[in-house]
Amino acid sequence: MSRLLITGGTVVDPIAGTAAPGDVLIDGDRIASAGAADDAETLDARGLLVVPGLVDMHVHLREPGYEYKETIATGVAAALAGGFTSVACMANTEPPNDSAAVTQYILDRARIAQGARVYPIGALSFGLKGERLAEIGEMHRAGIVAVSDDGRPVMDAGLMRRALEYCRMFDLPVIAHEEDHHLAAGGVMNEGVTSIRLGLRGMPAAAEEVMIARDIALTRLTGGRLHVAHVSTAGAVQLIRDAKAAGLRVTAEVTPHHLFLTEDAVEGYGTNAKMAPPLRTRADVDALRAALADGTIDAIATDHAPHHPDEKDVEFDHAANGIVGLETALPLALRLVGEGVLDLPTLVARMTVGPARVLGIPAGTLAPGAAADVTLIDPERRWRVEARGLRTKSRNTPFDGWEMTGRAVAVLVGGRLVHDERPAAAPALRSAS
Amino acid sequence: MTFTQRHLLGLEGVPAEEIVAILETATSFKEISERDIKKVPTLRGKTVINLFYEASTRTRTSFEIAAKRLSADTINISASSSSASKGETLVDTARNLEAMRPDAIVIRHPSSGAAQLLARHVSCPILNAGDGCHEHPTQALLDLLTIREHRGDFAGLTVAIVGDVLHSRVARSNLFALKTLGATVRLVGPPTLLPRELATFGAELHTNLADGVRDADVIMMLRIQRERQGANFFPTLDEYSRYFCLTEDAVRLAKPHVIILHPGPMNRGLEISSAVADGPYSVIMDQVTNGVAVRMALLYLLVARSKAEVAIGETEAIPDVAPRRTGARA
Repeated sequence: MSRLLITGGTVVDPIAGTAAPGDVLIDGDRIASAGAADDAETLDARGLLVVPGLVDMHVHLREPGYEYKETIATGVAAALAGGFTSVACMANTEPPNDSAAVTQYILDRARIAQGARVYPIGALSFGLKGERLAEIGEMHRAGIVAVSDDGRPVMDAGLMRRALEYCRMFDLPVIAHEEDHHLAAGGVMNEGVTSIRLGLRGMPAAAEEVMIARDIALTRLTGGRLHVAHVSTAGAVQLIRDAKAAGLRVTAEVTPHHLFLTEDAVEGYGTNAKMAPPLRTRADVDALRAALADGTIDAIATDHAPHHPDEKDVEFDHAANGIVGLETALPLALRLVGEGVLDLPTLVARMTVGPARVLGIPAGTLAPGAAADVTLIDPERRWRVEARGLRTKSRNTPFDGWEMTGRAVAVLVGGRLVHDERPAAAPALRSAS
Repeated sequence: MTFTQRHLLGLEGVPAEEIVAILETATSFKEISERDIKKVPTLRGKTVINLFYEASTRTRTSFEIAAKRLSADTINISASSSSASKGETLVDTARNLEAMRPDAIVIRHPSSGAAQLLARHVSCPILNAGDGCHEHPTQALLDLLTIREHRGDFAGLTVAIVGDVLHSRVARSNLFALKTLGATVRLVGPPTLLPRELATFGAELHTNLADGVRDADVIMMLRIQRERQGANFFPTLDEYSRYFCLTEDAVRLAKPHVIILHPGPMNRGLEISSAVADGPYSVIMDQVTNGVAVRMALLYLLVARSKAEVAIGETEAIPDVAPRRTGARA
């Protein structure tokens, strides 16, 4: 077994909450205890942050069925380019991931793709129809890490109750896209001053909040595990904070775009500002940032949602919801540290151990014995987002043209250097296999 | 006189002097429609496309007559509003039209922002003839011209806009322009159709018709869409009518010289009683006449002037001067 010493960098330990100069020793595909490493190859990490491989618990890889938007291969390549070594993919493919066969297919395709690790999320209901529970146990045996009808809110409270109850048997979280579609009423952006001015139908914050309140009550009833996807309102944050204080098993995630953009981005009817939940107000952004810092929100997740230009270059009403996010999440997140929202170890925790704990996956730590998934970040690297230059198959990003600082420059998965964009001057590294 | 717009997408943000420039140009064009031969060669050789994704009689006809009186060639395209889901996309349509080198495109579309989308994909001026619930700037301009003819200056005027404000592009365009021009704007309707956020645009909100029209100089009625009844914005049309139909009793609360506007088509007996619609204070037919003049003015300002960047003289008689300069090649 070959050994590799990542040396000279600043090692961030999200569990201990520290960031300090140090080395990380890799033995084969595992992290090893620091110690004698004379025989190890070295990877020069001077000037770089050494963090556990990032985890994105909410992506849409589109395969099977929508390969024209993204494939598992292009999706996991985009993940690596963004510094993510583990991603959890949503079930709204075609066919949906509502059976062990589809789960197995996704895992097989991911193995062939050789990029980031892929953890499938199973459908909560057959066909994502919100009527009958999918074969959650069968999918659990095949490898799902959570269940969700993401994109299709579960309007039937009785079904949600049974899902929360039934999933206790497997200790799986139920990930909820919280949106009461009677209240959302065909809305295409946040309801407020801007929607009224632009003449666009609005989705009120209450459409999200009433569903979160309902599902928190159901979590209390069932003892199940609720994970609230892409929280977007100040009211939602408060509901989750209170639920956590009451000891309920409730967790939450927030997207980078909800941390950085407001409904103002819809100005001019640019469809890359259209998503569900919609971009909200400055007050909501501030509340989300505070909740990320204080731990009310456990994870940053991208909700990476590739769409073809034909689905975006249309009237705002008709445009598809969502944006790609894997390759812009890290520099945006680092900006939060620069702005003093939270410290670096806490930020790294929200992108590693935070989501890993929600999903119960072995990721997010550099502790000895853990899988050698490591992301090396150049916090000073300046670059400009060019939608055309992204690894993802789609181009739907509102951050096109943004000047970014910070980037993942090397990524190891299982001890293998699978992504490397360090300057050519850096010592070449032979594949540590 | 200044006019700097490349398109007419909406009235939000258009400065007061440019709105006044449009109205003054329209006033000078009115006389053409009173002539025996209602045609000037101002836009001879120009092509104006009317691209209508929604049914319209009044607005489409008005645009067509306006273009024809300026000697432009007009083409009317009525497209299904569902084309985005089952046929050609709006962007593809725009590119195809662009390839035919039109000099202006007039668009009406059920989606808010459609005119802006079109403007991003073609090089000729776009005139928004109504986009979803967003704006209907030519309607507001003809309303403004009508108000100006009857009441003069806008500063100090109180204008009550009554009805389905939430869904009305007419209300939005009028609200933006009237506030720019210094008028007091009251918005009147049931709370379900009168979002509280409208107050941030400087409007007074009233859920009581009598309070809304009391001492108003102008009352502008909005058409109520019958399909709102099924969406719980109000229980029934009958009940809506009981609270918000403009009757003679309500009109008597306004100033004695009040004028009543309606963008049409009217639901008589629903939002406006026939006695009011046909009464002495009704200027509804003036609005229709002014619609042609406003659209002629806009086509002139956007098309004729887009090539020759000549400032309009303060008192220049545009319709008479422009044709002679173009020569007699026909």
